[in-house]
Amino acid sequence: MAPTTAPATAPARPDARRRTPRAILLNVALLLGLAASIGPLVWMVVSSVKPEGEIRQFPPTLLPADPTWSNYTELFAQLSFPRYFLNSVVVALIVTVGSVLFSAMVGYALAKLDFPGRRTLFALVMGTLMVPGMVTFVPLFVLVANLGLVNTYAALVLPFLAAPFGVFLMRQFMLDIPDELLDAARVDGAGEFRTFFRIVLPQAKPALATLGILTFLGSWNNFLWPLVAVQSADRYTLPVALALYSTGQNTVQYGLLVAGATVIVLPILVVFLALQRHIVQGISTTGLK
Amino acid sequence: MATSARRRRTGLAAWGFALPFTLLFAVFLLVPVASSLYMAFTDMRGADLRTPWAVNFVGFANFAEALTDPKFQQAAGNTLYFVGVAMPLTLALALLLAVLLNSGLVWFRSVFRVGFYAPVVTSIVAVAVVWRFLLQPDFGLVNSALGAVGVDGPRWLTDETWAMPALIVMATWRNVGYSMVILLAGLQGIPRDVYEASAIDGAGPVRQFRSVTVPLLRPTILFCAVITGIGYLQFFEEPFVMTQGGPLGATNSVAYEIFNQFGFGHYGLSAAMSYVLFVAIVILSYLQFRLLRTEK
Repeated sequence: MAPTTAPATAPARPDARRRTPRAILLNVALLLGLAASIGPLVWMVVSSVKPEGEIRQFPPTLLPADPTWSNYTELFAQLSFPRYFLNSVVVALIVTVGSVLFSAMVGYALAKLDFPGRRTLFALVMGTLMVPGMVTFVPLFVLVANLGLVNTYAALVLPFLAAPFGVFLMRQFMLDIPDELLDAARVDGAGEFRTFFRIVLPQAKPALATLGILTFLGSWNNFLWPLVAVQSADRYTLPVALALYSTGQNTVQYGLLVAGATVIVLPILVVFLALQRHIVQGISTTGLK
Repeated sequence: MATSARRRRTGLAAWGFALPFTLLFAVFLLVPVASSLYMAFTDMRGADLRTPWAVNFVGFANFAEALTDPKFQQAAGNTLYFVGVAMPLTLALALLLAVLLNSGLVWFRSVFRVGFYAPVVTSIVAVAVVWRFLLQPDFGLVNSALGAVGVDGPRWLTDETWAMPALIVMATWRNVGYSMVILLAGLQGIPRDVYEASAIDGAGPVRQFRSVTVPLLRPTILFCAVITGIGYLQFFEEPFVMTQGGPLGATNSVAYEIFNQFGFGHYGLSAAMSYVLFVAIVILSYLQFRLLRTEK
């Protein structure tokens, strides 16, 4: 929003203000901070294409003297990272689509429809909003074991399809959809489901996108539950595989470790850079609501 | 009655919308929450996995065992150390960055914003592996840089004194961007004329920060403090990947201890410990509300 009148203390020429010694000092300090923030990630990518011998060299080389894909080829050929990658992708996609859809459906019902049990359901959702995974993973494991689901994709997916935070977010968003819009659709003879899919979901696109991105990130980076729920290597997700490899060996190969970390982090960073405007916007609004 | 028939139809449709979530929610969240309370008061072990009802009630024995166990006490102390240092550090740094980025003196604000936020989207496991490499004492980047300026860096992750500070720095590095982005959005919501009015009254930047920014930003700071605190109280991946809780338990956390007791098959004890952690989370959130709520 542009102010209608220029603020009294605002500088006439902001560019000039940005070239004062104080501003230059501030920006240099922030640049150093930026280096500290993204430096470790850059170092991860750079190191992942160094051979193990060069990685263990002191002092370290800033750029790889002898760039090589060998860490990646070993990761993919011997440590079945393609399998873990696929597991992570499949689980994250199903969790994202399923939980966003279910959250939108129940969020719509809670916001716009009157039904018996509505207050109770909303109270239960709010009451479990802050219950952390750390508190429920032991009984959840007992439950999943008794359902015969240990070591299955179902165990990795099902518990995350019901996301109280998603329901809360969607309900808040749906409250702002004008009732007239829904009434108009009903007058035109559209049933509740048609109204939902044709009118409500398109209106909710920004919220769906935000929740979808957050859910995908949460699933991709999730560690504790897949570590507990899955026992054979062919069901590992990427973080489980990397963590167990990094702690299970007597002599660690740092080249493999940083290459593995790159495989987990880099796709997410690329997506983040492409969508950063939406992500940052979404985070700020969920935080402020 | 047309209206009551219509109401019934709407009610049915609404439950149709609510059903998939409600079923999964009941089975995979409500049942575990309820049964974790049950388990915390039983002697359930790994061997009882298939017969969870054939266990003995032991009252508060699990809680007593947890609270008197030196390992759990150490883990609790470590967790408080971690939260007590990392949380104020994260929030102070996030607030500082947000205020600087909002000052209008910054050259590439969106570049800084993206750069400081980038670590937030990374997997903790992956960046913990990367930091293990950075902190490697003989050829890691951190000690190499320290060596270049004549400082002999410690053996970070295997040093009882330095292991926890190393984890704190890493956690702060990864999480500061989240609070920064939210605080920045909050700052942009403060009307310009409030600052102008205070400037006319003769307030300098420091006075403005204390008398305008912080009071108006209180709800946002509170939100960041609660979310950061809840996350930090459960810190688990960092010690799991970087130190396995060592050296000599110096980085063992409550969450890691819960996981280990679960691994040993002590399900009842593990459930009791997770309730202790949950109570700590509730208490911390409550204290923050008391401390930071807006006076009205």
